[in-house]
This record gives sequence, C-alpha cells and structure tokens, in this order.
Amino acid sequence: MADFLQILLTAVTLGSLYALISLGYTMVYGILKFINFAHSDVFVLGAWVSFTVATWLVAAINIEPGKAPWWLGVLVLIAAMSTCGIIGFLIERLAYKPLRKAPRLNVLITAIGVSLLLQNFGQLQFGDLGGKTSPVATGPIEPAPRVGQITLAQPLRLVDQQSYVAVARRPDGSVHTFKSPDGEERREVRIVAPSGPYKAGETLGLGDPFIDVAGGETFEVSRVLPLRLPFGSRPQRMPSVLPDRAINESTLARGTPAVSELPGNIVLNTPVTIEPNRQYRVDLIKANGEREPLTVIDEPGDFPTGDLMVVPLVEPEMLAGATYKLIRSPQVRIQLVDVAIVASAVLLLIALDILVFRSKLGTAMRAVSFNFETASLMGIPVDRVISFTFVTGAVLAGGAGFLNALKYPGLNIPAHEGWVLLGLKAFVAAVVGGIGNLRGAVLGGFLIAMIEAFGSFYINPALADVYVFSILIIVLLVKPTGLLGSPVREKV
Amino acid sequence: MDAAAPSLSPSRAAGFARGVWPLLAAAGFGLAMQFWVGPAAGPFPTTVMMQVGIAIILAVSLNIVNGFTGQFSIGHAGFMAVGGYVAATCTFYGGMIQWESPGRYGGFLGLGEWLMVAGSLLGGGFAAGLGYVVGLPSLRLRGDYLAIVTLGFGEIVRVLLQRTGKQLFVKADLGTDDFKVWPPPLGGAQGFKELPTYTNMFWVWLFAAITIFAAYRIKTSSTGRAFLSIREDEIAARAMGIDIAKYKVRAFVVAAFFAGVAGGLYGHSGVNMAPGDAGFQRSFEFVIMVVLGGMGSISGVTLAAIVLGALPELLRNPNALGAAWPYALGAVVLGYAASKLLRKRWMTTLGTFLLVGGSVALGLAIFGKIGVWMKADLSQYRMVLYSLLLILVMIFRPKGLFGVHEVWDFFRSREATPPPKLEAGGMTP
Repeated sequence: MADFLQILLTAVTLGSLYALISLGYTMVYGILKFINFAHSDVFVLGAWVSFTVATWLVAAINIEPGKAPWWLGVLVLIAAMSTCGIIGFLIERLAYKPLRKAPRLNVLITAIGVSLLLQNFGQLQFGDLGGKTSPVATGPIEPAPRVGQITLAQPLRLVDQQSYVAVARRPDGSVHTFKSPDGEERREVRIVAPSGPYKAGETLGLGDPFIDVAGGETFEVSRVLPLRLPFGSRPQRMPSVLPDRAINESTLARGTPAVSELPGNIVLNTPVTIEPNRQYRVDLIKANGEREPLTVIDEPGDFPTGDLMVVPLVEPEMLAGATYKLIRSPQVRIQLVDVAIVASAVLLLIALDILVFRSKLGTAMRAVSFNFETASLMGIPVDRVISFTFVTGAVLAGGAGFLNALKYPGLNIPAHEGWVLLGLKAFVAAVVGGIGNLRGAVLGGFLIAMIEAFGSFYINPALADVYVFSILIIVLLVKPTGLLGSPVREKV
Repeated sequence: MDAAAPSLSPSRAAGFARGVWPLLAAAGFGLAMQFWVGPAAGPFPTTVMMQVGIAIILAVSLNIVNGFTGQFSIGHAGFMAVGGYVAATCTFYGGMIQWESPGRYGGFLGLGEWLMVAGSLLGGGFAAGLGYVVGLPSLRLRGDYLAIVTLGFGEIVRVLLQRTGKQLFVKADLGTDDFKVWPPPLGGAQGFKELPTYTNMFWVWLFAAITIFAAYRIKTSSTGRAFLSIREDEIAARAMGIDIAKYKVRAFVVAAFFAGVAGGLYGHSGVNMAPGDAGFQRSFEFVIMVVLGGMGSISGVTLAAIVLGALPELLRNPNALGAAWPYALGAVVLGYAASKLLRKRWMTTLGTFLLVGGSVALGLAIFGKIGVWMKADLSQYRMVLYSLLLILVMIFRPKGLFGVHEVWDFFRSREATPPPKLEAGGMTP
C-alpha cells in the first residue's frame, strides 16, 4: 500500500509536468493544426535558463547550498517563463508566420528544423562568459617559503561547487601579469582548495604559483560568477533552490545529546520506540549551525531515557554544543519539491483556464481555433492571437522546465534523447486526451504519467517508454480523436 | 487467332534484359569504384565515400515514402538498425559457428562477404516485415500523427536494442548458460562490437546504384504513379480507383527493405553499431537529405546525400574548405554569366546550377575561412547549419531544391512540350 501511494505521488508530480507541457502542444494544434515539434525544446530551454539564473543568483548573493530563501525559486521561475515566452514569440514570427498558407507538411518540417536548431544551437561551446564578484578576501602576498599558496588575513568561506580566482595587485592598483609555468601570460590564478570555512592565517592552494612578483603586492580573491548561455554543452546540476526535505516526517525526540564514551552512539533524553521496517534518522545541528543527517541502524524495540542509540559516524567532538532531532521517515515520502510542483502546476492551470474560458482574449483564441477566416472577418486580430497562443504555451513550457529541473536536478545536454522523449510523452498525452482540447491535455498528462509510473514499478522499468508509445498507437488506431476530442469530418 | 494480335507485354527475353542490365551496370559501377576510384582517392576518402553511398541508399529509399507517397516517416533509422542488427547477427554468430572466430573471413568477394550480403538481404526482409507493420497505421493516420508513430517506432526499436543481452565473443560460450535466446546477445546499450569489416566500395555502390535504379523504375511505373497520386490528393486518388491502403503499405515495405540492406552495409563498415543508430536523430539526417534534395526527386536526393554526407568531413577540415573559395567564386561568376547571357536552355540551366552550387560552395568557403580565423571547431556547427538550411528551404523553396523533378528535367527545352493554349472564352468548336 505504501508503495502504491508513493508511486501515485510520483505519477501526480510527473503528470503535472506532462500536463503543463502538453497544454502548449494542444493549444498550438487547436489553432494552427500542426504539431509544434519545437515545443519540447522550449521546455528544455526553460530548464536550462532556470539552471543559468539559479547558479548565477546563488553565486551573486552567496547563498550556501540548501539555504536558499523562498523568493529565489519564484525569481528563477519568472526568469524561465519570460525567456521562454520571448523565444516562443520569435519562433512563431520568424519560422511559422511565413508559412501560414503553406501545406501542413512544410510547416511540420519547419517545426522539426526549429527543434533541431534549438537543440544544436544550445550545445555549442561558447565558453564561460563569466564575470567576477568584488574581492571576498585580500591580504599581503608573502613570496617565500611557499609560492603556491596564499595566507588569509581574514576568515573566508569557500562555497561548494563554485570557483574562485586570485589576482596580485601592485601597490599602484594595477594588476600584475606573470608568466605561468606553461608559458602563457596570466593575470589571475585559480584557487585550488576544498570548500568549507577557513580561519584567518590558514592557507589556500593556488592552481599556478604567483611567481616573479616584485614584492609589496597584495592578493585579491574573488568568486567567479557563472554566466553561461542558457543551454549547455555538457550535463550540469541545477543548484538547489528548495530544501531537500520531506514535509510529512515526524520528529520523535529532540534535545541536547549527552556525550557517550562509545563513539557511534548518542544518549537519548526521551523514551523512544523504534518500529521495524521504518527508516530513522538523526539530524545533528552542530554548534556552528551546520545540519548533519545521520542514519540510525539500531535494532527495533523500546529505548528508555538515557539509553544508547547506534548512530554510526557520530564522533564525540561533533556533539559538543550540538542539538539533535530523531526523525522517523514517513512511509510515503512527500517531498517539498513535489508539493511545489503540484501547487505551481495547479495555479498555472487555473490561470490558463480563466484566460481561455473567462477572458476576451480567450474568447478570441477559441474563435480563431474554431475558424481562422471567419474570426478574422469578425475583426479578431488573428496574427496577434496566434502569437499570444504561442507565447502562452511557451511560458507554460518554461514553467514546466523550471519545475522539472527542481525535481530532477541533473540536466542533460539539450539534444539528449531523454529530453526529447519527455517532450514526446507530453505530446502523446495531448493526443490521448484529444488534441486541441485543453482539459483533455491535462487528463492525458496525468493518465500517461500513471501508466508510466505504475507500468515501470509493477511490470518492467526498462520499458516505460514502450508502454507510452504503445498507448499512443492504440489510441490513434482505436479513437484517433482522443478521449475528449471531437470527431473531425474529412471534407473534399 | 491470337497469333495476329500484337502482344502488349514485351517478350520474355526483353523482360529479362530489362531486369538484368541495371544489375550489370550497377556491378560495373561498383567494380569501378572499388578498383579505380577508391585506390585513386586514398583510404580516408574511401571511407567517406562508403558512408556517402550508404546515406544515398537510405535517403533514396526514404524518398519513396516521404517523397513519392507523401507520407511523413521519421523512423527510417529504426529500419536501418533492425537490418543492421540482423545482418550483424548473421556474420558475427554465423561466422563464429562456421569459421570458429567472428573475425573477417575470405578476401574480396569471398565467403565472408557473401555471408554479409545474405545477412543484409535477410535484414532487409526483416525490416520490410516491420515496414508492413508500421505502414498499417498510415492507413488511418496522416501528416503529423504518422510522423509521431514512425518516430515512436524508431524509439521503441532503440529501447529494445538497449535491453538486449551481453555479447558473447568466444564460440565455446554459445553452448553454456551465458547464451540466452531472450534477450538476444546483441550487446545491449554498449552496441554490437567487433563486427567484421566486410563492407567495401563495391558492395556499397552496387547497392546504391540498385536502389537508385529501383527507385527510378518505381517512379515511372504504374505503382509510382499511384504513389504520386496519393501524395497529391488522397481522396482524388481513391476516386480514381487506387487502392490507397495497398500502395501506402507497399511504399513502406519497399523503403524499409532498402533501409535494412543499408543497415547491413553500415554495420560492417567498421563502425560500432549501437542502439543510438535507431534513434530519431539519425532519422532526421535522412529526412533532411530528402527535404533539401526535393521530395520526389531521386537525383536531387542523391545529390543532397552526397553533399550532406561529405559535409561533416569538410567541416572538420576548415583549411581545405576555406582554400576552395577561388573555385567557388569562379563558378558563381561563370554561372551568372551563363544563366544571363546564353540563349540555349540547357546552357542557362547549367549556368543556374553553377550559380547555385557555386554560391553554396562560396558560403561554405567563407564559413571555413571564418573557422580558420576564429580557430573554432566547425564540426559542432554542422547540425545548426542543417537545421537553418531546413527552415530556409521550407520558407523560400518549399518543394526542396529540385522539387519533384529530376536534374535532367531542367535541361530539356521548354519548347519541346508547349503548354496547351486556351482561347479566351473557353473551348471553341
């Protein structure tokens, strides 16, 4: 039962993503009657823009991993959605509008062309366009005895997954240029040191030694701001903008752990019962504010106050000034990310529903999709409505891209088949629900996600894609209009 | 009483000759490529030419579905992969059983190569069977939907090939528990490795020539006219008594057969055949060739396959590409002069071809110069270039460079077939 609920949760999360993407397919199909193949690439763009903006923001305001403020995610979401909206507008204007009266096959080929263009343009190597922050640490360069190191004059914290460089500044303010051992002229050297806090007086390793300095120079350490183009030529990892934590776990005990003479144990200060077949964890909040999650591997049973609990990796010195929380993991783990995804998806879907069915613009969109020419005779600015539809679809795809990057932070290169498959599944969702029908797209999205999630759990995970495409072929053969689609009569 | 009636069907001898001379010509062409062009060009250009020949087979066969019949298939690489894997199974495991080792056996036209050809033809047969299955949905679907189904087909093939079992490299393992019929030992995600290299210029260009001949014969036959009529208007074709279902499926089967054969040749050309070869990205390459060359034009598609097949190698060598600019400029000037100044139609056509080809070459040369200047790796721009070309061709020349016409159609003088003149006011008695 717990398995079933957990998979249902996965399916609902995935379904929200599929629904957001498939809406873009279905809206464009409803109006222009062609499959916008480039739609899934706009979605990928959304994910990569989220990555770029998030890494840049995290670096620029120096946020430590896992401690992002809540508005960071909102900012990244808005950036992703607006970039995708602009790109969607440009695609429609430059590639599809000249073909408004062309045969559908030509538009389809153009769409494939746009899709290939986005994919391949996205993974060109432009190199790092990065800038730098203002110096985070300065101090005098002491030439001897170790020229490959600099000694900090003030405490400094090197944040994980970020790079730092140092320059040597002469007393007159200019930057010293020196020859590196490989013969190239450099102005800055990379800091090679593990991330973490450094006290004043500690040393940092350098990629190249500062040599031939005249003396009297000071060093300046700055953090490199990652500023890449939105797409990537190699896989990247989305920085976390949400705490990675389940919202429904229960805290069984908390307090200050007593120091045990046996390492690998903590002494409980409240009675606790450990149930079989459940996961337990101790979160140790250390004196310096760091959180250290540790797995409990003790036998099930009752633990009275003062009893020892086996927590490997606990060292007595870690316990000084620390507080602990004993946490029981829930059987169905609801991540904060899942909640964020489903909530944002629902909000976006409601907004879209209001836009399409309750606003004047939405009425115009429906009129254009009903009959292109009649709508223009009724004074509806058809081109503007079509542009708006594209932008709406692209904005939703951008939002989905951000949410996807939250849920699955490992980002593949844009032409990776995983991305294209994801987009295709969203398209399948649109077809299964009845292409051209907004509610059908949402229904199809959830249906496809269910089939994928349950199919891969109960039958064979390797064949998840095969199930989805089989469903597509079956639906197309049995009811080509989809579940909620209305039949179209072929006219001569 | 029948004796006097003139026979409409050609005599048996004439039919035989009609069937055999293309084969002989193709074999002659293949031999010429093998013993004359190949050695003259050197080893590296030879491998490029072999890949170009395989690309021709694939693009020309895809043209039968996408160009002639107007169905839009983007799963062609799936058929290629199926054919390639079937052929590779024949040579790898067949060779292992027969000759103890899966390595190359026999010389030019030796037993090993014949096994490869037989395997490729078998692979073609398998692919054709799948083509029948994939063709069936085309009866109910058109345009975008069919594109998605064929794309899904290619993806399913890719996923299934990834799930195949571990490859066995020693004959003794075949009898043990390591050998499983399902999943077949085809290498899984790592790809089918260490296949013997049997493919050479002869076989590639023999099959390329046969494919082109076959496509041309189909285009000019009643079947081809049925294909073209389906493409132009399905309902009108049905009204003319054409069995749409039969012809659509037939187009898929024929195209899939040649794709399967090409897969067999590809698998034995010294590459590491992997499940990724069935993916849509490979399919798109052939679709681009068909679209650029002109959907329905065999010579146009062949030309596109040659240019696009050789382009990656050119982009890898920007120096040579940039050095070609004087020739390209010369072609442009000459072509412009010929197309404007000369009167004879074939001359102006030749001039136009020179002009267009020269402009493309000049553009590439400038691109190469930029590449040399910026010290950039140009081969990464290949797909960007392709996709831009695809969009621009669709906007400015929607039927591809040659449309449905063959290259030589443009050289025929217009006066030979004057358009029927209609008097104002309609027909006169």
